[in-house]
Amino acid sequence: MSDTEDSRAYTVRLELVDRPGELLRALEPIAGQGGNLRSIFHERGNVTPRGHIPVEVDLEATPTQFEAIVDALHETDINIMQAGQDRYGEEFVVVLVGDMVSADLSELLSRLQAESGASVRDFSLTGPDGEQSSARLRLAAESGSVPSILQRLRTIAGERSLRVVEPLAPGGGR
Amino acid sequence: MNLAVLGAGAVGTAVADLAGEYGHTVTALADSQSAAVDPAGIDVAAALDRKRGRGIVGGADREAALSTAYDVLVEATPTTLGDAQPGFDHVAAALDRDRHVVLANKGPVAERYGEVRAREADSEGEVRFEAAVGGAIPVLATIEDVGPDHISAVRGVLNGTANFILSRMAAEGLAYEHVLAEAQDLGVAESDPSFDVEGTDAALKCVIVANVLDDEREYTLDDATVEGIHGLPASALELAGADGRTIRLVGEVRDGEVRVAPRLVPENSAMAVTGTQNIVQFETENAGPLYHSGRGAGGPETASAIFADINRLDGDG
Repeated sequence: MSDTEDSRAYTVRLELVDRPGELLRALEPIAGQGGNLRSIFHERGNVTPRGHIPVEVDLEATPTQFEAIVDALHETDINIMQAGQDRYGEEFVVVLVGDMVSADLSELLSRLQAESGASVRDFSLTGPDGEQSSARLRLAAESGSVPSILQRLRTIAGERSLRVVEPLAPGGGR
Repeated sequence: MNLAVLGAGAVGTAVADLAGEYGHTVTALADSQSAAVDPAGIDVAAALDRKRGRGIVGGADREAALSTAYDVLVEATPTTLGDAQPGFDHVAAALDRDRHVVLANKGPVAERYGEVRAREADSEGEVRFEAAVGGAIPVLATIEDVGPDHISAVRGVLNGTANFILSRMAAEGLAYEHVLAEAQDLGVAESDPSFDVEGTDAALKCVIVANVLDDEREYTLDDATVEGIHGLPASALELAGADGRTIRLVGEVRDGEVRVAPRLVPENSAMAVTGTQNIVQFETENAGPLYHSGRGAGGPETASAIFADINRLDGDG
């Protein structure tokens, strides 16, 4: 009985064809089965090896609901790249400062994701402010992996002469 | 107690000025060139007048201040790096005479902590330095009370100048250079602000905290990783603000590491103090986080920490 089960956090990675309405079509089965959407990260600009757009959906559902969601998604032609209990226990924010244009930020983000296992949830850029711009990244990470991700980020950013303003504590500090 | 006060800047003059109110007698006051010395107690008001008028505190040689009668040497000369002179020699001279030393000067306890402690061990005198960290805020007394072994980390906003600049930049969306110039006009920043904005001052305070927390090894400025706020663009604060956060120059002592850097903190968190205010967070093993905030600089504020130290000497003096 789903009423007696606890909701848990799940992450589903989907591959969408780049056409209007596709995202909505992917989300309908989730809401339809009683899943609670927490966040959707639509990685426009990134493409999967098949030329599709990866989308990462965080949701809350009971294990029974989650099974139903995965079944319902399978009935569509949307490809599920990964579905499972949330790998990402912690979210944190960093600000990068420097010459973003020559730093090739999208390459930096791809490398960070590939090398550290962090997932970029959200990203905002301002400037330039003279020579300098700033970028704010929201990153999701497995519990306990934040220090090693920050270490990696410092190295990758340092190679590009970018400064990293780190959170005082994972999750933003008290 | 009879006090010999070395250094006649904001802190030294405030100590001399307020000593009577705290029941002490000033037997010497020295600046870098001159001294007023009287074993029966100098005329503080006259010495401060001379300092304001002619730039000297008295007719005596500054060496005379060190050799006169006193119970406590108050060392409030400017902080110097490396050999921490002349502060270190002043500390040594007082301890050699079995006198107590209370420091506002960070140099000797940040750069030569081991030597200071070794000389203290050979002396009847005691060394205290609450005023060197966080001005009026009882940082070292809290560590002493809670016990260094029961504190896993100390973090703080420990430089009022840097904090003033960051909070103005965040509030007004102004550029770093603009706010720095404003801070200099207001007297919040020195004409050479590098000590503050490059994080050196905060790092010295953290090094002192590390020395007090960890009696296994000695820390100096070289052991600290230091990044200041110099050149931080307003856009970084703006982006942080759009997400409910702000940037503060935070010093952190944890797991044997000393680090000073601009860090993201939630805008509504205790650490996001504004203006020249300071705050220190103690992460304790059994009592969770403790916070102390207040004025981290200023003559009377720092003097109040010196008088608190002098009181702590009383018991076993």
